[in-house]
Amino acid sequence: MFTMGIDIGSSSSKVVILEDGFNIIAGEVIQIGTGSTGPKRVLDEALSKSSLKLQDMARIIATGYGRSSVDEAHKQISEISCQAKGVFFLVPSAKVIIDIGGQDVKAIKLDSKGCVKQFFMNDKCAAGTGRFLDVMSRVLEVNLNEMAEYDSRATEPATVSSTCTVFAESEVISQLSNGVAKENIIAGVHQSVASKACGLAYRCGVEEDIVMCGGVAKDEGVVRAISKELKKPVIVAPNPQITAALGAAIFAFEEVMGTNK
Amino acid sequence: MTDTTNMSAKELLGFYQEELYEEARRAKKEGKLVCWSASVAPSEFCVAMDIAMIYPETHAAGIGARKGALDVLEVADEKGYNVDTCSYARVNMGYMELLKQEALTGKTPEKLEKSPAARIPLPDLVITCNNICNTLLKWYENLAVELNIPLIIIDVPFNHTMPIPQYSKDYIAEQFKNAISQLEEICGRKFDYDKFLKVQEQTQRSVAQWNRIASLSSHKPSPLNGFDLFNYMALIVCARSRDYAEITFKKFADELEENLKNGIFAFKGNEQKRVTWEGIAVWPHLGHTFKGLKNLGNIMTGSAYPGLWNLSYTPGDMSSMAEAYTRIYINTCLDNKVKVLSDIISGGKCDGVIYHQNRSCKLMSFLNVETADILQKQNHLPYVSFDGDQTDPRNFAPAQFDTRIQALDEMMKQNKEGVSNE
Repeated sequence: MFTMGIDIGSSSSKVVILEDGFNIIAGEVIQIGTGSTGPKRVLDEALSKSSLKLQDMARIIATGYGRSSVDEAHKQISEISCQAKGVFFLVPSAKVIIDIGGQDVKAIKLDSKGCVKQFFMNDKCAAGTGRFLDVMSRVLEVNLNEMAEYDSRATEPATVSSTCTVFAESEVISQLSNGVAKENIIAGVHQSVASKACGLAYRCGVEEDIVMCGGVAKDEGVVRAISKELKKPVIVAPNPQITAALGAAIFAFEEVMGTNK
Repeated sequence: MTDTTNMSAKELLGFYQEELYEEARRAKKEGKLVCWSASVAPSEFCVAMDIAMIYPETHAAGIGARKGALDVLEVADEKGYNVDTCSYARVNMGYMELLKQEALTGKTPEKLEKSPAARIPLPDLVITCNNICNTLLKWYENLAVELNIPLIIIDVPFNHTMPIPQYSKDYIAEQFKNAISQLEEICGRKFDYDKFLKVQEQTQRSVAQWNRIASLSSHKPSPLNGFDLFNYMALIVCARSRDYAEITFKKFADELEENLKNGIFAFKGNEQKRVTWEGIAVWPHLGHTFKGLKNLGNIMTGSAYPGLWNLSYTPGDMSSMAEAYTRIYINTCLDNKVKVLSDIISGGKCDGVIYHQNRSCKLMSFLNVETADILQKQNHLPYVSFDGDQTDPRNFAPAQFDTRIQALDEMMKQNKEGVSNE
């Protein structure tokens, strides 16, 4: 039996197709999110790669910021519950999840069954999110996937103290013009992201294992900065961008089986 | 005179709200005094002196709910009021500015012309009380200075410890006396103590009916949705010292009790989860917040906000009246705030709590993080907080709200169904 989880975020679209509740048949990501062609493209890609049709899906659950606009879905579940479900499936020892996506930063505390005990999210401000890193990468003329490497060469991380993305951008520009090395600025940017996420994690209560997911988890520089700030190891979920879609697919499976109360 | 005998509570609510504004406009035309008042400032003194009353906070909420806040907020912005200032204050200062321009030029500014809110007359005096916040002091001082009119301040100390000490009640009672002598001077006649006693008695009858409505949310399923209290609140603010409030609330309580008897509940269908809403309503997005909860099968059965007007006291006893006006939970220490909210949550038999992080209302919001933390340790109920504002529509993001309440709903569901093990 196949089930599908669709996670439409603010800056990327993800689909997971699951066989019998445990075998990941497809896990696709397109780096554009709600309101774009991303949702349709990622769906087509997942179906094409798995050689399956939409009709083969026993149940489809949508999650993420754009969850209400997915016509194919039978139901919507919040990304908080889906992240918890997906991460706990991959890392059953997880106690705290740090999820950094396009516009949200979340810290989610799990109980020993993987249920959400508490969660905290960023409020009005998008500093410390994936979009913040996008902006910095553009200003620094360094690709997002190269930022971790730059960070690893930093000798003295610069301070990026502004809480606002726009002001932080000016701060970075002025550091660049003062000749501060990009490596050090990038390490400072990563620390800034880490401090926002860790603030939320501290409110949850930090307890191992700590698992990171969301697109930003692919940036090892951020993972290192978070681990340093929390003084604890941080596990990156396998394929961290698809964990919420995976959770949605598991929920879909449990609903078909009648095991999800 | 309109016959109100056969009106429903909802009709009475609309009728008396309009009637109050009409009375104020008429008073102004006839050269009688009009007073603008803070929402939990004692209304008894002015009503005893036959002064027509307008409540800017309720008026601002109405402007917000009718999607007219942005226009007047922009006027306040232009006058230099910082966006960190309470949005009720900014809406009112903006509205006052438009009324003032009209009075000075004889021309109605376009923004005033197209404002969806009820037209209100400019005040001849203002009365404020800092029992719900200190912004009200500067807000009303500004009104008084801008319009060159008298200001009555009833200073109520914050209760850092409970119970309320006698010296505090004595001090507030002295403030009342001072307000009375100011009013005698403004009105040019002696204070009518006989009428004052009658007004106090009327206020108590209104409050008793208000509390009667609020208590109905303890039934499960509930005949009352807490959002109804947000709507009916207009009269406990604006007419508690008149029989308008008593008549309307009695009718509403009777209707709800009848519904309860007949098995008619507020949630059409099956109420699945019950939540407490801590904080002021998001007036510009009231429909969105209400429907968001409703679509998930949730009903709001707890809110401490309407309880601000649980102003029970003994008529004729100034010390007792002083206590009623100072014990408002946001004028008390964290321990007491937590206790009040805890009683609201258990009284409403709630499964979770929603905290409105509303930077307009500093006293209600800024202790939320600590309050939520303490309460959760006590009751183990899930909670979420969201960013919003009582009247500035720019400070609320519907999608952010939706994600939080959906997650809360899922947490409440897992708790109720025993999936979670803690």
